[in-house]
Amino acid sequence: MKMPDYLYLVLGMGLATYLPRMLPLMILSRRRLHPWLKEWLELIPAAILSALIAPMLFTQSTPRLLFLGKPELLAAVPTLLFAIKTRSLAGTVIIGMLAYWAVGILQVP
Amino acid sequence: MSSTTTSIRSGMSASWPICLGYFPIGLSLGVLAQKGGLAPWQMALMSLLVFAGSSQFIAVAMLGSQASPLAIVLTTFMVNLRHLLMSSALAVHFPGVSRRFLALFAYGVTDESFAVNMTRFSRGGWSRQSAITLNQAANATWLVSTVAGVYLGQFIPKGALGMDFALTGMFICLLVLQVHNAAAALTALVATVVSVLAYLWLPGTAYVIVASCTAATAGFLYRRMQTGRGMR
Repeated sequence: MKMPDYLYLVLGMGLATYLPRMLPLMILSRRRLHPWLKEWLELIPAAILSALIAPMLFTQSTPRLLFLGKPELLAAVPTLLFAIKTRSLAGTVIIGMLAYWAVGILQVP
Repeated sequence: MSSTTTSIRSGMSASWPICLGYFPIGLSLGVLAQKGGLAPWQMALMSLLVFAGSSQFIAVAMLGSQASPLAIVLTTFMVNLRHLLMSSALAVHFPGVSRRFLALFAYGVTDESFAVNMTRFSRGGWSRQSAITLNQAANATWLVSTVAGVYLGQFIPKGALGMDFALTGMFICLLVLQVHNAAAALTALVATVVSVLAYLWLPGTAYVIVASCTAATAGFLYRRMQTGRGMR
């Protein structure tokens, strides 16, 4: 793709990315939020994290199917246990990587 | 002055799991972009102006299949709608903060920075300087690794050291840190089930928004019932 066309494309993409990130922050940060909305928003991190993680562990992508034998799922078990036990972000990331690496080695004969 | 330095330092040091996780993803995006005919400067421009992993992957694939620019921009918009939710949840921690700061901060709101910043904010002692430093560190890593992928991606072995699991591991721990009561646990459970179902049945990334809103509402109703304050 040539220069002006490509520039318009990434500018459009940039705007489509930036606006959803910026508008709620701008609008909601200078307003007193209703307690109900605040309570609901407090649950959003746990909700989004679970929603992002679950398909990575329980599904395959092309075609989209339920699949319970992914190496990601096997590695997630010790990772989750370690996170619950230690609550250490650094430790969990390292244990997770080691577990995923080990699962990869064990699976390939 | 020294408190600013401390803030920046803690932002940098909190960003390492994100940076570690971005590296393999950024490299593989760079490799795909190179195969799809993008020059290093084109990759750099996209990572700088867009800074959104999943939409950049989709854009590179769509460019390869000669999709129209309008279709690519619309898809990007759909994929990034989930950030409306994240930006709303973050707003609680920036009451009355200047528009300039928010404009700059919003640029770095990603799944990963959102998750780390929210957890740190709710734990306390996390300044907005630390938060924006973390965003910028993640952005810099993304820019460098995507461009590096265009140059040297094919030489890096796939799955080196389990790096592909770094972000998943980070998300798992951040989720554990977010689940500090029954309402949050219920929310996580509902989100997991709904997200898998929605992923199988709905196109694109709609599953994130559908599952998150359903689950947060379920958790909210549960908490309301628990506290016996009624629904009025």
